[in-house]
Amino acid sequence: MQPHMEDPEKSTARWEHFPHEADVGIRGFGATEAEAFEQAALAMTAVVTDVRRVEAREAIAIECEAPDRELLLAEWLNSLIYEMSTRRMLFSRFSVQLHGARLHAQAWGERVDSARHQPAVEIKGATYTALRVAPVHGEWVAQTVVDV
Amino acid sequence: MDLTLFTRRSDYEWEVRPQGAMRVPAVIYASEALMRDMDNKVYEQAVNVAKLPGIVKASYAMPDAHWGYGFPIGGVAAFDPDAGGVVSAGGVGFDISCGVRCLHTGLVRADVMAAQKTLADALYSRVPAGIGSTGLIHLNLDEMQAMLTGGARWAVERGWGVPEDLQRIEEQGQMKGAKPTQVSEKAKHRQRDEMGTLGSGNHYLEVQEVTAVFDECNARVFGLKKGDVVVMIHCGSRGLGHQIGTEFLKRMAVSAGQHAIRLPDRELACAPINSDVGQEYLGAMRAAINCALANRQIITNLVRQVFADVLPQAKLPLLYDVSHNTCKIEEHRTDGQLKKLYVHRKGATRAFGPGHLDIPEALREAGQPVLIGGSMGTGSYVMAGTRGSESLAFSSACHGAGRAMSRHEASRHWKGRQVVDELAARGILIRSPSMRGVAEEAPSAYKDVSAVVDAADLAGLARKVARLEPLVCIKG
Repeated sequence: MQPHMEDPEKSTARWEHFPHEADVGIRGFGATEAEAFEQAALAMTAVVTDVRRVEAREAIAIECEAPDRELLLAEWLNSLIYEMSTRRMLFSRFSVQLHGARLHAQAWGERVDSARHQPAVEIKGATYTALRVAPVHGEWVAQTVVDV
Repeated sequence: MDLTLFTRRSDYEWEVRPQGAMRVPAVIYASEALMRDMDNKVYEQAVNVAKLPGIVKASYAMPDAHWGYGFPIGGVAAFDPDAGGVVSAGGVGFDISCGVRCLHTGLVRADVMAAQKTLADALYSRVPAGIGSTGLIHLNLDEMQAMLTGGARWAVERGWGVPEDLQRIEEQGQMKGAKPTQVSEKAKHRQRDEMGTLGSGNHYLEVQEVTAVFDECNARVFGLKKGDVVVMIHCGSRGLGHQIGTEFLKRMAVSAGQHAIRLPDRELACAPINSDVGQEYLGAMRAAINCALANRQIITNLVRQVFADVLPQAKLPLLYDVSHNTCKIEEHRTDGQLKKLYVHRKGATRAFGPGHLDIPEALREAGQPVLIGGSMGTGSYVMAGTRGSESLAFSSACHGAGRAMSRHEASRHWKGRQVVDELAARGILIRSPSMRGVAEEAPSAYKDVSAVVDAADLAGLARKVARLEPLVCIKG
């Protein structure tokens, strides 16, 4: 999938999907790790639906932790999957703060509307396949494969 | 895939001899054509599994193997607890006990075609499918515990089935050793409103016609003949299983160092069977198996209600119910000794041969029914376990077609509406809440299920019995 720029004038923040045989690879880019985490979350929503169709009506708070940044990325995405599943919501805007092993975030979205969102697939979990959080060419990349 | 990496042991058996940290060989069962099309990642993953502690005999991959996470999808591996063997959350998968159930209907094609649209609409409106859908059954904590312990037996006791159903389900519908206390509150919360829902992605409910019979004798034992109509249900343990998989993947990855397990890759996260994490996972995973069995039982009940309304002459007893993402304790003979092993099957179906005592008596002479799901447009298969399968891959066979194309690529190739129209022109009615979902599941995005089934048959993993083609497909 083509990279999606949030605001090409100001930021390098963007996301893309990368191929996996049965599932879908999601990848976020950002000037900071936190921004790359936000973009990875957007890439995850895009596995389910067109992110432009998801309105940022309601905010929820997410907190999680993990022993290292890669496991924290998986934990962040899995926390979102849990909220998507139990609240029956989709999210289209994210604000992430990283403090050592901990992550604090807000996610904005709305309840699933099958007719409008045409959700293609339910995400079961974020795997550790191709899991990577690293600086690449002066920007941060956060990626993994999600099981659908 | 690069075939020079393998030693060809026969037309359908390809071996990687132990090298480096591999404790046992890796063996893939497939035709040369399937091998060439397979991703190199299957090789890498099958080889990595062969490095895990306590693995017995070989790390196996079925003809439909493809790139998974940790273990290949289509992977089979058995571990000996007395030799430091491990249990792996990734080796079971997130959708614990995802599986296929097949129901007879006593109907023939003409019966269904006379009411095809009404039947499709009624099934679609009665069986919750797709993201955001909820079931009609909402479980409080006590009922949740009972469900996680009782499985399909719990569902039958609540009136969602008949006792005869249980004979036709692996483990007689109830997985022993389930520990609901090891299932987190989050996992239970995620399941609270999801009982009796189909899910999405490659999960489906189909009304199918038997279009070919390859083995008259076994087909007779299974109660199948050409022109018969059956119902096939493909789904798993829903949010509960996904959450258990997620949580234990992390716990196993984090605790691997404490158990002195060196993981070739973090996605192979595992724990010794004889460890606290290992035992807690097994207790939770078995509860998730019960959740999947209960879920398919509740959906069965909904399907029976629909048929009672639309085609009341139909009777829908179970042919069989298989799970293809599990870890189970089984006795297998290795090196002349009978041993209790923990057999992981991820995207692989148990396939006990004729005479095995775990097969219902009425089917025992034929071998265990092995239900293979295909794609919406191509078809599915019923196979039967063989006696030889035990020595090949701990009595295991393939589980489906496997994707040939990523979801994204599929949605660029096809539009959902176009897929629905094309299938309708061939007499197949599709009902789904998501046209994008239909596009991503387009029949041509899948490999040829027939090639997979032929390879499994010729490799001796299971025998072809009948081919089934869809008349109605409800897609989540």
